[in-house]
Amino acid sequence: MKQSNVVWIVVMLLAGAYLSWRAVSYQAGAVYVAPKIVVDADSGKSFTTWSKVPKVESNNLGVEISWPRTLGIWLSALFTLAIFSFLFGDNVFYKVAESIFVGSSAAYAMVVGFWSAFMGIFVAQLAPQFAQKTFMPGDDRTEPEWLMLIPLAMGIMFLWRLMPTGGWISRWPLAFFIAVFAGLRLVSHFEADFVVQIKSTILPLIVFAEDGSFDLRTSLWNSIMVLGTLCCLTYFFFSVEHTGVVGKISRVGIYLLMITFGVGFALTVMSRYSLLIGRMNFLLKDWLNLGASL
Amino acid sequence: MLKRTIPLIIASIVGIVLILAKFSHPIQSWETEVVMWFDILAVFAFVLGAGNLNLNNLKKISERKAGWGYAAITLLAFWITLICGIGKLGVPPNEKYLAYAWSGSYEAEGSAFWWIFNYVYVPLAATMFATLAFYISSAAFRAFRANNVEASLLLLTALLVLVAQTSSGPMLTDQIPEESAWAIFKIDTIRGTLVNLFNTLGTRAIMIGIALGVVSTSLKVLMGVDQSYLGGD
Amino acid sequence: MDKFWNSLADLDRRWLFALTFLAISIPLLTGIVLPQKVTPMVENVFNAIDELPSGTKILMPLDYDPSAEGELQPMADAFLRHAAQKNHKIYFMTIWPTGVAMIQRQVATLKKEYPEYVYGEDYVNLGYRPGYEGVIKLITSDLPKLYGADQQGTPVAKIPMMADIDNIKQFPLIVNVSAGDPGLKQWVQYAATPFDSIEIVGGTTGVQASTLYPYIPNQMIGMIAGIKPAAEYEKLMFEKYPEIEKRPNSNMANVFMTSQEVAHFMLIGIIILGNLVMWQTSGRRDQS
Repeated sequence: MKQSNVVWIVVMLLAGAYLSWRAVSYQAGAVYVAPKIVVDADSGKSFTTWSKVPKVESNNLGVEISWPRTLGIWLSALFTLAIFSFLFGDNVFYKVAESIFVGSSAAYAMVVGFWSAFMGIFVAQLAPQFAQKTFMPGDDRTEPEWLMLIPLAMGIMFLWRLMPTGGWISRWPLAFFIAVFAGLRLVSHFEADFVVQIKSTILPLIVFAEDGSFDLRTSLWNSIMVLGTLCCLTYFFFSVEHTGVVGKISRVGIYLLMITFGVGFALTVMSRYSLLIGRMNFLLKDWLNLGASL
Repeated sequence: MLKRTIPLIIASIVGIVLILAKFSHPIQSWETEVVMWFDILAVFAFVLGAGNLNLNNLKKISERKAGWGYAAITLLAFWITLICGIGKLGVPPNEKYLAYAWSGSYEAEGSAFWWIFNYVYVPLAATMFATLAFYISSAAFRAFRANNVEASLLLLTALLVLVAQTSSGPMLTDQIPEESAWAIFKIDTIRGTLVNLFNTLGTRAIMIGIALGVVSTSLKVLMGVDQSYLGGD
Repeated sequence: MDKFWNSLADLDRRWLFALTFLAISIPLLTGIVLPQKVTPMVENVFNAIDELPSGTKILMPLDYDPSAEGELQPMADAFLRHAAQKNHKIYFMTIWPTGVAMIQRQVATLKKEYPEYVYGEDYVNLGYRPGYEGVIKLITSDLPKLYGADQQGTPVAKIPMMADIDNIKQFPLIVNVSAGDPGLKQWVQYAATPFDSIEIVGGTTGVQASTLYPYIPNQMIGMIAGIKPAAEYEKLMFEKYPEIEKRPNSNMANVFMTSQEVAHFMLIGIIILGNLVMWQTSGRRDQS
């Protein structure tokens, strides 16, 4: 057996032993739930729902350990470790976890879309009485909204793409879809990202304070804002050759853009570490029950 | 005609309605209706995506392509999640309507779909992105090099902002009084200037450029100049 | 000495991974909370919620998913606790499918920490609607058209706090937590820019934050970008409402910030070391 394999087996055995010890001695990953019984006064029917409670309340009356949720925490931890295992190279654990992620995320979006839009809008408006008898008993609409047939028909045409023949039928709703996107974005970008941005850049270069004295700080700030924006815009203006004065201005523009990217880089780094902190918090505290509690 | 002309006419009419609605009050009710249809139509994009996912993976399995086992796992995960969610498995009825078994919310706490989301989807999605932090550390050592003026500016700015985004960083220059001329060297002030001034002006220039690009691309689509979204023949 | 620099140049990246793991984990286990100095931007965001009269209607779109939870959950919690402390009426909604579960978490916190909050009177969950930015565009003119019912399926006409809501221009403030597009940018483009009456503050990831600064202050009051400003926000909140600090998980951003601090200094060290290695080894490479 290769030496590295022996090392890995030893590491795995030690980790397994440690996890077993944490699970038994410190109830690692244990989730406690409290019941809530809801009774319908008319029919006498009752249902029990369970809500998570903090571990400190585990001795309270009615509180019990939830095995599905405890198992869920362990499964989450194993999935987390499976994804982290990619740091050591592509492997079967990562690939399995990745495949499950792709499948479950596509289905998740479909389920949310199904209940919130297909049932919540289409069925609720086209067949209100069916909706009331099944999933929307509180609704009191009686008349179907026939105008909803138009987007429904467009939706069916849209899905025609998946059929072996006649895929061109989906072009009609696709054209509608693209046109709405284009129309909305044309207006919003022109207003918010062009007109208002130019307006926000038109600033006084020489500013006087309320007492009449020269406000050096604001004047300098405004001047850099106006001239700096112009320099950066010059860099993006390719209709004029970047030589001579234009070349020098665009070079200043590049330097300013580099500062912009530096800020973006720092904020991105901050962001990525935050996500890792969130995951480590789950592993160390929610799963292993380690360290100072939040 | 059916394959190309009508879609182009649809695109032009819809686009014109949306642009004119900005300036004409009576057209705004048309705009509301059009956007409503668009919003509802968007849900079919999920179905289309899921349909493609199924077709591609089934093809991979039937042709026994490399990694077909993973394709099977993807489909299994997809269908289990879908059945749990659409079937509202384990969802208690709405507290107000206990007689209606389907009246509960599909993401009710304790349901099968809720369980899958919290214990399968959440750890996988969160860890996928969290892993990037490790690669940032590695890239910082190998790639973030001050080779020239531009790269040096980028790095220096990043280092200053990173220091400023800590608790102890700004304390390094706490001794400099606010009123003194040296106050511009306080780390907080430097951060404020870099983020609120230099970052704003650079991003603003990029934003203006993108806005012009979006306007021209949209106009090309609405005027039928760009027909690439219709595909071939 | 050459050998030292060469061995550093060939350093296995797994050492850097291990260093990152330790830099994040150890501070997290200590539970140490560092003092935070509040920046003006965070103060503006805090005041935007705090200065509204008690009982103001606040629209709270939560447009993020679990992949950004580590960064955005602390600020979403802080916004929620602050709004609830002020007895504001909270309207949850999302334009991200995954936002449904994020709202569910906020509702759970609200039920646990503010039991006096009554569903339909003090808060409502409008849930998710598809349509990306089209949703924002539509609800600026007609909210009930798209939101016929809430997440539970109750018609909005039967929800007391929805009775007089026709569109989002009636909300004095929008508090958006966003992880990307569609999100804060689209709320600014479609709601805050065309309608002067709509004011907006946001909580966002550091990744997209730099692209949103040009909107401040003309199109957006301010934003909290990442864990550091979220920790500052918590500090402001604890100063004004000390009772919040006693609640479990209420200082999550501050606890996370200790790891963040160490990670930042670690990265700075790595970058400097990487450059030193380059300067030390490139000279020799040139000679050879």
